[in-house]
Amino acid sequence: MTEELDAGMVAQRIAESDQVSEPSPNGEVGRRRRRKEDARLLTGRTQWTDNIQLPGMLYVQFLRSPMAHARITRVDVSAARELPGVVAAFSGQDLASEQGSLPCAWPVTEDIAIPEHPPMAVSEVRYVGEAVACVVATDRYRAADALEAIEVDYEPLPPVLDMNDALAEGAPKVHETGNKAYTWKFAQGDMEAALRDAPVRIDRTYIQQRLIPSAMEPRAVVATTDGETFTMWSATQIPHILRVMLALTTGIPEHKLRVIAPDVGGGFGSKLQVTAEEVVCLLLTKRLGKPVKWTESRSEGNLTVHHGRDQIQHITIAAESDGRIRGVRVELLVDMGAYLMLVTPGIPLLGAFMYNGIYKMDAYDFTCTGVFTTKMPTDAYRGAGRPEATYAIERAMDELAAELNMDPVEVRRRNWIKHEEFPYTTIAGLTYDSGNYEAATDKALALFGYDKLRAEQADRRDRRDPVQLGIGVSTYTEMCGLAPSRVLGSLSYGAGGWEHGSVRVLPTGKVEVVTGSSAHGQGHETAWSQLVADALGVPFEDVSVLHGDTAISHRGMDTYGSRSLVVGGMAVLSACEKVKEKARKIAAHTLECSPEDVEFSQGVFRVKGTGAQKTIQELALAAFAAHDLPEGMEPRLDADATLDPENFSFPHGTHLCAVEVDTETGHVKIRSYVAVDDVGRVVNPLIVEGQVHGGIAQGIAQALYEEAVYDAEGNLLTSTMADYLLPSAADLPDFVTDRTETPATSNPLGVKGVGEAGTIASTPAVVNAIVDALRPHGVHDIQMPCTPERIWRALRERAQA
Amino acid sequence: MPRITVTVDGIRYEEDVEPRLLLVHFLRDRLGKTGTPIGCDTSNCGACTVLLDGKSVKSCSVLAVQADGCDVVTIEGLAPGNGQMHPLQRAFHEEHALQCGYCTPGMVMAALDLLRENPDPSEEEIRHGLEGNLCRCTGYCNIVRAVRRGAQEMGQAQEAGQEVRTP
Ligand code: FES
Ligand code: FES
Repeated sequence: MTEELDAGMVAQRIAESDQVSEPSPNGEVGRRRRRKEDARLLTGRTQWTDNIQLPGMLYVQFLRSPMAHARITRVDVSAARELPGVVAAFSGQDLASEQGSLPCAWPVTEDIAIPEHPPMAVSEVRYVGEAVACVVATDRYRAADALEAIEVDYEPLPPVLDMNDALAEGAPKVHETGNKAYTWKFAQGDMEAALRDAPVRIDRTYIQQRLIPSAMEPRAVVATTDGETFTMWSATQIPHILRVMLALTTGIPEHKLRVIAPDVGGGFGSKLQVTAEEVVCLLLTKRLGKPVKWTESRSEGNLTVHHGRDQIQHITIAAESDGRIRGVRVELLVDMGAYLMLVTPGIPLLGAFMYNGIYKMDAYDFTCTGVFTTKMPTDAYRGAGRPEATYAIERAMDELAAELNMDPVEVRRRNWIKHEEFPYTTIAGLTYDSGNYEAATDKALALFGYDKLRAEQADRRDRRDPVQLGIGVSTYTEMCGLAPSRVLGSLSYGAGGWEHGSVRVLPTGKVEVVTGSSAHGQGHETAWSQLVADALGVPFEDVSVLHGDTAISHRGMDTYGSRSLVVGGMAVLSACEKVKEKARKIAAHTLECSPEDVEFSQGVFRVKGTGAQKTIQELALAAFAAHDLPEGMEPRLDADATLDPENFSFPHGTHLCAVEVDTETGHVKIRSYVAVDDVGRVVNPLIVEGQVHGGIAQGIAQALYEEAVYDAEGNLLTSTMADYLLPSAADLPDFVTDRTETPATSNPLGVKGVGEAGTIASTPAVVNAIVDALRPHGVHDIQMPCTPERIWRALRERAQA
Repeated sequence: MPRITVTVDGIRYEEDVEPRLLLVHFLRDRLGKTGTPIGCDTSNCGACTVLLDGKSVKSCSVLAVQADGCDVVTIEGLAPGNGQMHPLQRAFHEEHALQCGYCTPGMVMAALDLLRENPDPSEEEIRHGLEGNLCRCTGYCNIVRAVRRGAQEMGQAQEAGQEVRTP
């Protein structure tokens, strides 16, 4: 039985979660704490950006290009300005001198082409949905009406949609500089020798289809000014980065600009962006002196929230006949879309060090070319580069197993880093600090009933059952906890990867924590409270966590890349240590002993060998009163810490998926799904399981359902939620999740991060299972999403061949 | 402009509305009932689900004028007050059935309607019953568990003779 299925255990945990008020003797870390965030979210007392109403507020709507590629020859907004309720209307040209260019913070090579990216197009549009004009009116409906009165003349230019065509000689150009943004290479070991000498070679091409991240809360922006200072609320994951970038782009001085991320309804990387709408709203409030609000419609969002993935992956494995890998070569074409947004060019590089996966080899060769097309730009989407890498290597490992007629688990075993070999420096140059692939895999195999399912599979094959059983394996790792600043620097990223935290013990002994992480569903308020409760020995309820407002949390690097706990949580912990040291000094002073003689346990400072003691709450009051503090000590019990991680962290795990594929209809049913993840030490198992569930669902969605489709003219066919198939509860199975726990050695708590793991692992597990089911029919790949039609066609083609 | 009379979470409102005004915009922008969010413009996501005369509707696909004379219950009106939560809200909390919480109001209201029709649904029935409500965060496992738990608790509370708000 897995943990979740045991009703008795659940009941006990609930009982446990309900008794509160005392610091828990066994510690908060590791408890299934119900979330502090839930009550207001469950009762509708939320503060989504679109909920914010300010006196005199005006509403903004954007007119967007219906053409994938065209020259703008005329924009006339004058008729719109005449309509009732309309306060202003502007074309890109009207704002040309002040709107600047949207930033790209990751120039991955010296010679990268970074085209100008005006928030509203001025002379040329390069994707359907690009903003060309905006209207400001007294209500949403009037603003929308007024868009129809704007006249725009376009002179069509040829769309550029296919990456291979885009790179061909004489192809129409997206930008004057051409269609290639950059080529980035990495090589280690002698790949030529591996390819020459190894008896087995697997060559495959995989398509990472374009995805629409689809956070449930559409984007929204509110901007206001008092004439001198500016405040922006935005549905963003990155209030801190956004503030810096807006200051750089708009010229509004950083210290006059406050950015607030209130309740944010999911992001998955899609709200890690500096958007045209944010810049324009700021300019509009500056011009008009009134608060403005823009709220995206979902259809607008499908067109204009950055997309994810979109790569053509060529992968070659050179191997010995016993299955041992000699080398891996990867060549990527990555669709940048029409412009380079905040971290567009860097996304595939986050995968560059991951195509070797958990395996040992002598040589590795990676080349990536970024290509411009006339589509919405791509950028971070859950996993960002690492799901793509894991997909390619895990698919190819199954092909290697099939080629050698080996069990896919066995071929992995022969290649993976053994638990006694950690820390291990991989061929890609990363040092994996810890892991135990054997333990996670063995646990997953047992939970899954691997042997029994293989026996059933053999039986169905023998019987030529029209419903075939397929088993998919994915043994993944990922680099997360982004990131050591020196590594980001070596990859030409424009900023660091540190995080900030501060902890203040208030006069009454309650604790306020300020974190630079910016939660949008992850449960930081709960998890950070658990961390601090243990570190300071205070009750969980006595801690509150503040975040997401640059006026409160003045320093931070925000939330993405499974970094919050590993970097942000550890910064908070580090601040707690400083608070404790300060309290120890006050205790020693008050109790008239030396600080070395004071021991700390569960919120109490005791003089060794005597009964004399002070609680942290008493010491907080003493610091506040400041009547009798140690010489030179400032009267406050608080501390800050800015922490730069020494290494990435490397969660890993084994996911197993069993599918039934109806070979007559192509229909796929996931029969069982088992995930055993090793995310190191766990602060809150409930939250970890939730992250894993959601991650798996998103990965399955890529494997089976989702794809952003453009037609031959460059129109997005999947521009609404009716066309872009997000899975519902009816489309997904229950997941069996479990864990192994190999603590990270790179931070004091041993945590690794969990936000992206499920998404990274699950896509190849599902597709491997489908292909495994179809292999006896001669099928060895299905392009994602593996729709019934694609499966049915593949089977038919093989049958006809 | 037509004048409508509508009761929302127990309070009666009389308002002049444009005929094209959506119920969800009426609730959010006119009445300040921002507990009900909007997730799409094609009636696919279910985030905006409320109870209209006891039955769940997607308030983005109903005009405010169509709600004239009706009783609307939103997520804000579900709890009995004084810090208490409805058993289904509590079940969502206990089972960690929400992360960002954006789908949650709609999910809870849709699940209530599901339980009204089927007080003891199987996992399969819950999954199909909530097909019109999308969640991008949870993978639905815990939502299904929460609805099961909510069903049990509502059943027990009713057996014990307590009043549980079922539409
Ligand atoms: S907002 Fe009503 S269904 Fe999406
Ligand atoms: S909890 Fe975020 S969409 Fe459901």
